[in-house]
Amino acid sequence: MNSLINHQPKPMLSANGWRVFTICLLVFCVGAPIMNLVIPSTSFFHMSDFAVALIGKIMCYAICALAMDLIWGYTGILSLGHGLFFALGGYIMGMYLMRQIGTDGNYKSELPDFMVFLDWKKFPWHWALSDNFVATLILIIVVPALLAWIFGYFAFRSRIKGVYFSIITQAMTYAAMLLFFRNETGFGGNNGFTDFKRILNIPIATPEMRMTLFVITALVLFGFYLLAKWIINSKLGRVLMAIRDAESRVMFSGYSPMPYKLAIWTLSALMCAVAGALYVPQVGIINPSEMSPAQSIEIAIWTAVGGRGTLIGPIVGAFLVNLAKSWLTVSAPEFWLYFLGALFILVTLFLPQGVVGFVQKHIKKHGGQQ
Amino acid sequence: MKSILYFSFIFFGLLFHGAVHALSADEAVGLASGATEDRLKVLAKVMEGADDKAASFIKALSDDNVKILDRQVFMVLNGKSFDPVTGQEIALPENAEDVVSNNRMRGEIDAALSALSLFSNEDSVRLKSIKEMIKDPDPSRLGLIQKALASEKNEKIKSQIEFAIAAIEINDEDLNTRAKAIKLLSGNATPETVRLLNDRLQAESDENIKTQIKDALKQIQGKLAWGEKLGTFFTGLSLGSILLLVALGLAITYGLMGVINMAHGELMMLGAYATYVVQAFFQHHFPQWFDAYLPVAVVFSFLTSAAVGAILERVILKHLYGRPLETLLATWGISLMLMQGVRSIFGAQNVTVENPVWMSGGIEVLSNLTLPWNRIVIIFFAAFVLIAMSLLIGKTRLGLFVRGVTQNRPMASSLGVNTNRVDTYAFALGSGIAGMAGCALSQIGNVGPDLGQSYIVDSFMVVVLGGVGQLLGSVYAAVGLGVLNKLLEGVAGAVLAKITVLVFIVIFIQKRPQGLFAMKGRSAES
Repeated sequence: MNSLINHQPKPMLSANGWRVFTICLLVFCVGAPIMNLVIPSTSFFHMSDFAVALIGKIMCYAICALAMDLIWGYTGILSLGHGLFFALGGYIMGMYLMRQIGTDGNYKSELPDFMVFLDWKKFPWHWALSDNFVATLILIIVVPALLAWIFGYFAFRSRIKGVYFSIITQAMTYAAMLLFFRNETGFGGNNGFTDFKRILNIPIATPEMRMTLFVITALVLFGFYLLAKWIINSKLGRVLMAIRDAESRVMFSGYSPMPYKLAIWTLSALMCAVAGALYVPQVGIINPSEMSPAQSIEIAIWTAVGGRGTLIGPIVGAFLVNLAKSWLTVSAPEFWLYFLGALFILVTLFLPQGVVGFVQKHIKKHGGQQ
Repeated sequence: MKSILYFSFIFFGLLFHGAVHALSADEAVGLASGATEDRLKVLAKVMEGADDKAASFIKALSDDNVKILDRQVFMVLNGKSFDPVTGQEIALPENAEDVVSNNRMRGEIDAALSALSLFSNEDSVRLKSIKEMIKDPDPSRLGLIQKALASEKNEKIKSQIEFAIAAIEINDEDLNTRAKAIKLLSGNATPETVRLLNDRLQAESDENIKTQIKDALKQIQGKLAWGEKLGTFFTGLSLGSILLLVALGLAITYGLMGVINMAHGELMMLGAYATYVVQAFFQHHFPQWFDAYLPVAVVFSFLTSAAVGAILERVILKHLYGRPLETLLATWGISLMLMQGVRSIFGAQNVTVENPVWMSGGIEVLSNLTLPWNRIVIIFFAAFVLIAMSLLIGKTRLGLFVRGVTQNRPMASSLGVNTNRVDTYAFALGSGIAGMAGCALSQIGNVGPDLGQSYIVDSFMVVVLGGVGQLLGSVYAAVGLGVLNKLLEGVAGAVLAKITVLVFIVIFIQKRPQGLFAMKGRSAES
């Protein structure tokens, strides 16, 4: 927040920062594959397949939290509809994976099982490009970004902000969920997509493939982190923070907030979509419940727990909350919602800067004393 | 013999007038054994002149209470066994075998049973049975229905029986009988008749009859269209009244106080469970006063939700004033905990809240339009709450304080208003109204832990559309959205209707960002 007065372009990361960044990158992209695939399972240093799946999944969530931080933590716009973009990316990837099943489904048809079940004879129009991997990758980026752009254009143009915007984004994802629940929409209705067999004609359930997806997810996460860091340190980032802190003043200074908001909103949606596309092949299922308002609001709590307005915070938050979730939902399932609910309340009441903000404050205090 | 009669009376409520033909031993054996085809033939024959013994026997077959040994059939009831033909009690041999019926046989037995209820003593049972017959006409029941017509005294049921006969005779060989049946049916404007006539139209070869059917259809559809339009409007009004009840609470907490309460739906859910508790209490302790439980439940649900709301405001929300996004997240957390709390106490399954007798049933306005009492009562209840609330806000001292504090907090405070207390009261009031909305909802649907979730998006839409700080805006928005939703549902189906409404709201806010009734002057600024 104080960086408004600082006119010197800051380096993206300090020398120390780069060192830590490189070590983390090596741990995730070299260390994890070796621990999982090379070291025998009897060894203490072996990383189990369960851990790979769990951490891979959480890294996708962390990308969402990072996206949420850009729009909420830095621009002050709380979106309760990011689950929609996540699910859209996931669905587009899911369509490709469904096509990859080929004739290996239960009904031995070219069409996915659910279409055979509905007695459809050919693919509906929106499945046209789904058998092409490159087209799928492009669509994963273009479709959610386009939707976000259109939605954002109309919302920001009429200066819908604050809670109004949050509620309308929530309504948006809610409406989309209702739409995707319908069989007629052509996305498998309630059950969504599952039973994937291969990706790029390579079987999807092998340890090697799982590790590949894991590493790609880690690379994307680190890439997005650098991108976010770059944005925050750029002029764009300054304007975004200014919009967060005093939107009217930004306007009176001669800036139109709309293009800035629209740009960061679209980028944020796009990041979520990529996260969703990485999530689906790893988890092996996508269904409309990913679009439920509760899912989207959970993204906000990851960001809040970790610390808004810091870039490392949301990643930490996503890991903390989801590790707690995967532990609690197994050991004390009825306790999980109490925990999550309490987390929402306590973080907003006592930890407005999140865990990372709290730690930073303490380090600063102690540093000052020395 | 006596116990058999008792049995058929208790389990059936049947009394037969002029039985023509008693169940014979051959028929009893034929019904209980042999190939399904043959058993069905015997069943059809028995049904032509069924008496009370035949009825009890078919009932026992349906309940799997029949055993057979060689050529002796046994009806087992309360551990005793009877001969279905004579009605005498007889000993049940050890090695008697159960009579097993397959699904087809079972379906026919059930159909026969419902046909037999044509002779029930209860008017409502007879009416229901005859309506089933009109829906699904079966020529083999013609004799039975004609018998029922001869013995029927109730004029209303009599005309329904005539329709049922016409529904069968519409497919008669004889041209004149068909023409007569069509003419008769054209007086019965129901969707079933339309279906029957359409089916006949497909199969009909005689041109003359065809035009008659078309005329009758036109006549009926003209009448039905009215009923459908009114029905849509009524369900829209009903949905609107529910939305209004939900939104009225929000209009205070969000509209006046500016607290965005995502747990509003859960406060409704608490109100619904409070109603459930009161209902269960009356059922156990004061069954004779059961019909009067509702007023108690309304008050109790108000108090429960208001108390929870007051605690929440004091403990949590007070610290978050002026930070709407944080309030949103914290109240979401509250809603999760409330839901899980109710799940822990009452279980994750839905509970059923029984309507008091005076609220069940409805007024039949047209043949295809029945207005259920519970929905009518809720519409009036919503109007009552609305009036009470606008009086409270507009005319009382508390209302004055609430308005004062929301318009200018420091000024109100310096004039001696205890603003903290007013906040708590106002929030408790909004929460209590949510509780009453929950009480109303419990009368028309299931009560479950996620009851509030399905209404929260809609109710926020009402407040957004209606404009903040406005009661009148909420009313127009709620009723308008309810009717619009139901109208669109008729055209495009439920999901598309909902999506259209959401898109409509987003576009509407483009034009009027402050809602239907924008606040003017200084208070518009905040």
